[in-house]
Amino acid sequence: MTGTLALSIILHLSILLLIAPLLQGIITKTKALFAGRRGAPLLQTYFDLARLFRKGFVFSRTTTWVFLAGPVIGLAIPLLASLFIPFCGLAAPLSFEGDMILFVYLFALSRFFTAVAALDTGSSFEGMGAVREVTFSCLAEPTMLFSLLVLARLSDGMALNTLLGSYLATAWHSDASAALCLVVISLFVVLLVENSRIPFDDPNTHLELTMIHEVMVLDHSGPALGMILYGAAMKLVVLGALVVSLVLPWQTGWWLTDALLFIAGLAGISVIIGIIESTMARLRLPRIPQVLIGTSILSIFALVLVLR
Amino acid sequence: MIWLIGGIFLTAMSGIPGLFTSRTGRAGEHIACGLIITGTISGMLGVILALLHPATSSINLPWSLPQAQLALQIDPINAFFLAPMFLVVACGSVYSLRYWPQPEHPSNGRKLRLFYGLICAAMMVLLTARNGVLFLVGWEIMALAGFFLITTEDNKSEVRQAGYIYLIATHSGTLALFGVFACLDRVSGSLMFPAAHSLAPAGSTIIFILALIGFGMKAGLIPLHIWLPGAHAAAPSHASALLSGVMIKTGIYGLVRLTSFFALIPAWWGWTVLVLGIVSGIMGVALALAQHDIKRLLAYHSVENIGIIAMGLGLALLGRSYDMPALVALGLAGCLLHVVNHGLFKSVLFLSAGAVIHSVGSRDIDHYGGLLKRQPWVAAMFLGGAVAICGLPPFNGFISEWFIYLAAFQPLQQSTSAVAMAVIAAPALALIGGLAVACFVKVFGTTFLGSARSSAAAQAHAAAPLMIAPMAALLGACVWIGLLPTTLAPLLNDAVAVWSAHADTSSGIIGAASAPLSWVSLSGWLLLSLIVVIGWWLRSIKRRTTPNADPSLTTWGCGYQFATTRMQYTASSFADALVRLFKFGLWSERHGGNVSGLFPQATQFSSHTPDAVLDRLLTPLFRASAWLCRRLRAIFQNGEIAFYLLYFVLTIIALLTLFIF
Repeated sequence: MTGTLALSIILHLSILLLIAPLLQGIITKTKALFAGRRGAPLLQTYFDLARLFRKGFVFSRTTTWVFLAGPVIGLAIPLLASLFIPFCGLAAPLSFEGDMILFVYLFALSRFFTAVAALDTGSSFEGMGAVREVTFSCLAEPTMLFSLLVLARLSDGMALNTLLGSYLATAWHSDASAALCLVVISLFVVLLVENSRIPFDDPNTHLELTMIHEVMVLDHSGPALGMILYGAAMKLVVLGALVVSLVLPWQTGWWLTDALLFIAGLAGISVIIGIIESTMARLRLPRIPQVLIGTSILSIFALVLVLR
Repeated sequence: MIWLIGGIFLTAMSGIPGLFTSRTGRAGEHIACGLIITGTISGMLGVILALLHPATSSINLPWSLPQAQLALQIDPINAFFLAPMFLVVACGSVYSLRYWPQPEHPSNGRKLRLFYGLICAAMMVLLTARNGVLFLVGWEIMALAGFFLITTEDNKSEVRQAGYIYLIATHSGTLALFGVFACLDRVSGSLMFPAAHSLAPAGSTIIFILALIGFGMKAGLIPLHIWLPGAHAAAPSHASALLSGVMIKTGIYGLVRLTSFFALIPAWWGWTVLVLGIVSGIMGVALALAQHDIKRLLAYHSVENIGIIAMGLGLALLGRSYDMPALVALGLAGCLLHVVNHGLFKSVLFLSAGAVIHSVGSRDIDHYGGLLKRQPWVAAMFLGGAVAICGLPPFNGFISEWFIYLAAFQPLQQSTSAVAMAVIAAPALALIGGLAVACFVKVFGTTFLGSARSSAAAQAHAAAPLMIAPMAALLGACVWIGLLPTTLAPLLNDAVAVWSAHADTSSGIIGAASAPLSWVSLSGWLLLSLIVVIGWWLRSIKRRTTPNADPSLTTWGCGYQFATTRMQYTASSFADALVRLFKFGLWSERHGGNVSGLFPQATQFSSHTPDAVLDRLLTPLFRASAWLCRRLRAIFQNGEIAFYLLYFVLTIIALLTLFIF
């Protein structure tokens, strides 16, 4: 029992650690293709991480240990959170009733420490990012819960393993498909917000007043920055896995094909994110709360559909 | 039982020897602290023994007052209120040795300690009382001792005003409670507390409404919270910790105890409590976000947490109305555990806020900054408390909120009945959690991080170890509940069994398959070990690559060379975006800040958020009624004898007509 648990935890984590930087590469490649450039190699993120982990640190004299707590927790949380979701054709190693609440709250913990680490620099610039991060995630969190309620209603369970389980294959063909569609849209918006992608945030700019996540990690350097980038890449995989398992619930029975299907799904999501980033402009800041509240209303609508 | 009574006596008497010692000597406070600690240990021993041997858990002595008996009983429900109280009281009393030393406060130190012990003893009495008269006696002593704690610094006018508002509020609440017990007397025929689930529904509506007013006023449910922010801000910090962490919970205790008497619970009770809880939770945290007085902010967080507790109670009541044992168990467990948790982490926060106020000399968060370097331990304690109050794992706040989430998911399985609407509690709790994170990022960041915004903050002194130790003890309890919640599962199950009408089916749910605490505990340990391992790894890389950080490097200021500490985000600017989103309920006042032209003049900006109910609604209302009464008095009491004689005649005629018919 303990042996298989440990084995599946190690398997889960190694897949996550291996494929996470790849998705970032796919996104940049897609954007480069749209812009008519050749773009950085697919594996560029791996090289970046390796380079960052070899470097030293630069610290402002204002900072304290809290400044480093942000990257540490930002790396630990996606690792732990990945253990609660099924991916790559594997069931989640840790699964119990109510684990989805823990899943949501783990990301809140990571957000708390990222924002606090940003304030540790005493820079008004980073304060700005921290404000926006906590403000927008307040609005994204109810959406996440409404979506989870819909899934819990459809699956009669409260563990992410059940929520993203095999019932979905039949649910897509039933009356619930409309609600599931709305849930997928809502969760995709949550994914974009949480991973600071366009149209909510621009991961590429460092010097504009409209960005959120990048500005919070502006003063990090060397291995700490590497941890943040790695953590962000894994967060994309973890939240992306949620959407992929919803959209592609079909199981072939062979682990290898399931795993390939799942990775293809993740790659597809990265391509979609790349396309959105290439074709959309970033929203004006005052519009973001409106879009987020609109998404919450979509997810409420999904809940009403399944509760009627 | 004898231990508990001993505890009551020791704590009640703890301040009295000090009255006979020197005004500037320290003997009195050491005696008081010793007596309080002995008293709380003795009380705790009494609770533990009573829980282990239920046969010895009650005492019943005659009392000369009519209908009154000295009936005390300990059961798992009041154990959840007593245990955190003992810890908070003992820690606060040790903390006060350095925070409020007698030589520095010769005029009010003795008064503070006298009423600190008295309020503690009164709460022990009322939490264990099984007789209406005894309960009310305890309640009233607690209310009055609370008044004297709040008005410790009665030389300040704002403190006197806060105390006055508290006194009015608490007595309005007590009036409603007199009504509750009078009605209970009529329904059950005696002022003794009836056995659980024994009362018929007849006459229950008026009892519930009065209890909701009386107990809700003490608990601080919106819109009855008017006294709370001012009172908790005015009291000394360890007294605020006691008031906010423990005293307001007596209101929740009253509601939990009262609802256990009835055999049938109408569904609207649960809905009312749930909706009040959601409103208190969301508006409490929104009001907290808008504050920049650290103690007022923490006080509004008490309103928020009372809201969360009420959501748990509301779900449990709905579970009883709709006959869903799992909903009852999870809702009540969340409610009771959050009572304990809030008592613990709110005390940590109030005590560490007190340490900051003690060294900086201001309650305004915008005067702080960079205190982590001056007060590293206080900062660590505050950070722990902040993570716990936001309900984040691996601290205790997560466990209780998790129960309430699980409860909120239960009605999904009964979609045909109206109870399915109760799932709204889950997204509401998520919104509250998100806002709480925003608020505590703001408080912690502005207070302890960045650089000092005032010279007082730049020269703040470190807190005494005797002030740190009590916070560490309370935070230790938070970590214990967060990482080893399974240890409390049996007690929670017992409490559910006492309260619930279906003791056989609903007990044993906590910790079992539908609420697997051991898995949560395992995840908490995993999280902790991951953080430690990664932190250690980062530390070793740092040692290797950057052994000495360059102390001359400053934060990059966007290329601007003359950055000052005033450019940092302040408490008000941090919360501005969210406060604007909630402007429908907050009505913040904004003064100044208008900039026009290419070369604008120097300008000032300030924002201020008064209480939505007290300052916006009640104060104008009372002003208007006072004005009306003055006008009426001018008309009716105009000083002419003839009019007064006319009133006499009219009264006599009215009385005669009444007599004839």
